[in-house]
Amino acid sequence: MNFDDTPQEAEFRAIARAWIGANAPKQYEEDLRKSSLGRTVLKNANILEVAKAWQKKKADAGWACLHWPKEYGGRGSSPIERVIWSQEEGPFGQLSRMFIIGHGMCGPTMMAFAREEHKRTYLPPLASGEKVWCQLFSEPAGGSDVAGLRTRAEKDGDDWVINGQKIWTSGAHYSDYGILLTRTDPTVPKHKGLTMFFLDMKSPGVEVRPIKQASGASDFNEVYFTNVRIPDHQRLGEVGDGWNVSLTTLMNERSAIGAAVSTGFHELFEYCSSLMLDDGPAIEDRAVRSKLANWAVKASGLKYTSMRAISALSKGERPGPENSIGKLVAGSMIQDVATYALDLQGASGVVSGEDAELAGRFQAMLLRAPGTRVEGGTDEIMRNIIAERVLGLPGDIRVDKDVPFNKIPTKGR
Amino acid sequence: MNFDFSDDQKQLRDQARKFLAEKCSPKAVRVVLDGKAPYDKDLWKGLAEMGFLGVAIPEEFGGAGAGHLELCVIAEEMGRANAPVPFSSTVYLAAEALLIAGSEAQKKKWLPAIASGEAIGTLALFEGKGNPAPKNVKLTAANGVLNGIKKPVADGAIADFAVVAARNGSSGRDSDISLFLVDLKAGGVEIKSLTNLDPTRGQAEITFKDAKAEPLGAAGEGWSILTQVLDRAAVLCAFEQVGGSDRALEMGRDYALDRIAFGRQIGSFQAIKHMLADMYVSATLARSNSYYGAWALSTNAAELPEAAAAARISATQAFQHCAKNNIQVHGGMGFTWEFDCHMYYRRANAMALGLGSLSYWEDQLIDRMRKKNAA
Ligand SMILES: Cc1cc2nc3c(=O)[nH]c(=O)nc-3n(C[C@H](O)[C@H](O)[C@H](O)COP(=O)(O)OP(=O)(O)OC[C@H]3O[C@@H](n4cnc5c(N)ncnc54)[C@H](O)[C@@H]3O)c2cc1C
Repeated sequence: MNFDDTPQEAEFRAIARAWIGANAPKQYEEDLRKSSLGRTVLKNANILEVAKAWQKKKADAGWACLHWPKEYGGRGSSPIERVIWSQEEGPFGQLSRMFIIGHGMCGPTMMAFAREEHKRTYLPPLASGEKVWCQLFSEPAGGSDVAGLRTRAEKDGDDWVINGQKIWTSGAHYSDYGILLTRTDPTVPKHKGLTMFFLDMKSPGVEVRPIKQASGASDFNEVYFTNVRIPDHQRLGEVGDGWNVSLTTLMNERSAIGAAVSTGFHELFEYCSSLMLDDGPAIEDRAVRSKLANWAVKASGLKYTSMRAISALSKGERPGPENSIGKLVAGSMIQDVATYALDLQGASGVVSGEDAELAGRFQAMLLRAPGTRVEGGTDEIMRNIIAERVLGLPGDIRVDKDVPFNKIPTKGR
Repeated sequence: MNFDFSDDQKQLRDQARKFLAEKCSPKAVRVVLDGKAPYDKDLWKGLAEMGFLGVAIPEEFGGAGAGHLELCVIAEEMGRANAPVPFSSTVYLAAEALLIAGSEAQKKKWLPAIASGEAIGTLALFEGKGNPAPKNVKLTAANGVLNGIKKPVADGAIADFAVVAARNGSSGRDSDISLFLVDLKAGGVEIKSLTNLDPTRGQAEITFKDAKAEPLGAAGEGWSILTQVLDRAAVLCAFEQVGGSDRALEMGRDYALDRIAFGRQIGSFQAIKHMLADMYVSATLARSNSYYGAWALSTNAAELPEAAAAARISATQAFQHCAKNNIQVHGGMGFTWEFDCHMYYRRANAMALGLGSLSYWEDQLIDRMRKKNAA
């Protein structure tokens, strides 16, 4: 057990630190430091452009997608080096959130299932942030139940023709490519009739309509497909094997999202350290201290859990279902933290945005937090995964398991 | 960086687990639980023979000199087996106090006796209600003798010696407190057993009437030594609590697979699955915090005070959470004396108090985090 760097790790850290020190977009550091879940505002700058520029700079110097192989635009780093990098990158790391779906899910899926020539063509510009990718899985009829999706793909010569609708697609409005899960055979049970593709989001017949979220922002979209043509060589995996392919994506999704979730603890601790309540400093109030201590150990527990997972990865173990913990714990924690921070503000906690305390940092967090508990698998699905795959409890009873997809009921009442 | 125990340490864990499965079955625990013995003497002897009592005691004082990571590994297994022996009071509290502050002669006298299982030690700190704090120490030390009452003292009725916190000044500062070593078999000591939440580990009231005592560590350093002892014990207890959490979770999982209701395994009901998933989550967070604490303890890192408080809080919560929900998963069976669930429930709730309650450790954690942030 050693939480210190080895000499090689210390050397890597020094090089990374020097490079970041010399190259990071420092003019945005202050804004990034003050940002929280739901609130990243760069004054006088478009965050997507800033993020792309930083990513490109990293890629040119060999610092993009550290864990990817070099030939696909990565660095071939060890998992520990990845941790060191993210510690050193600090607030600038928030800029890579724009690429998390591409880097964390689409890229690994391409690596596992795309043809070699496609990997070499598409992965380097994905790594460098020049091309942004999105994940087109969820549909009105299939969210938790991903395999309940209805978007059809029908073979026509060397192409597939796609018709249907996706929903909640993060970043589709600025994405260049996407990975798409479709139904190719509705006459077999639902998991057996799926096929995965990747496609150019500028293809004729693709229409992206931003959705306004509960938080007021518009990060995700509806995507409509009308006779969109995808060449067969852009298929990922076998026809009818889309479920297996999507499991690779979803596994990676859990570790990518799980590792990146914020808990709100540091924001709250910082806030309470300077806040004055009616009876004196908040940080000296017994009730406040108790709340803080309870969240502190959740935040540190998550941090060291992910470090343990990384140690296991370094020894060649695969990322397991344990990774579901991160999002499960952090999702409701950030919601509770935000609620509590507003409670400390009393009636004025109701004011949001620039007019509010800390420019509305906790108000924005509160309004974004519900999404964290839903995206990438709801709390309930995460608990099912832990119960079934870690603890070995029986699977949920599936009434639609052996029923041909087109015979499954579509409405509750 | 490597956030895991080494293969050797894992081997030691397997060895300890196997040994305890054999020598410390629930049936053996029940002998003590039912009041038929104050502790399991055979097990205590066996632990000494295996070298587990002295695993972190240097070889020159009769121990194995392996280190604190190894002790953490064994502590986890002691918790998992719910061992009815004075392990925590002797090994984490008394031995650690000696290691930190004992003179050469004191170490020579007591540490080999601890390692060989001949001496049981404890820490006499509390005096009725209240958390660890200098102002709560009223027992006085003057002219080489102690006067006052300590309670509850863990394993006080079976201990051979105690490390006692006493007041020898009235300046109102921490430096009024000093530590003393008292041979409990000598004169001036009255011991009364107290009934308590967890009969598998006894509690006592000890009255000192002009009891002879020798100083442990420098005069006026008592509180600072005690803080270090408590921090170190917090990490070690956290491992016991993690072991207990895991066992409670395992018992709940196994029962959920066996028991049928409404024609299904109860483990197929989501309410039960999700309860077990949440137990897994809290046990995992506690384990991770404890690993960090183990590293800080074994390297004596500057992070130890903060890491110890975090491990303590999270392991206490996890053990309580897992132990109570294990009973819930078991339904009515879980509430019978006959099933083992209540042994873990008792242990979890007793351990939650032994080093000071959660509110004490919450305060410690926040103070330490503030200090770090200010630095
Ligand atoms: C901010 C955000 C970004 C997103 N980005 C993307 C994206 O980029 N690409 C993409 O494909 N999707 C995306 N999603 C969609 C997301 O994956 C789904 O919303 C999510 O999986 C839940 O599906 P659903 O919305 O259909 O809810 P439903 O599945 O209808 O769930 C409704 C409720 O039922 C519960 N429930 C459902 N099934 C079970 C079960 N078996 N056991 C117990 N409870 C159950 C759920 O937990 C929930 O409480 C995003 C969602 C959000 C909120």
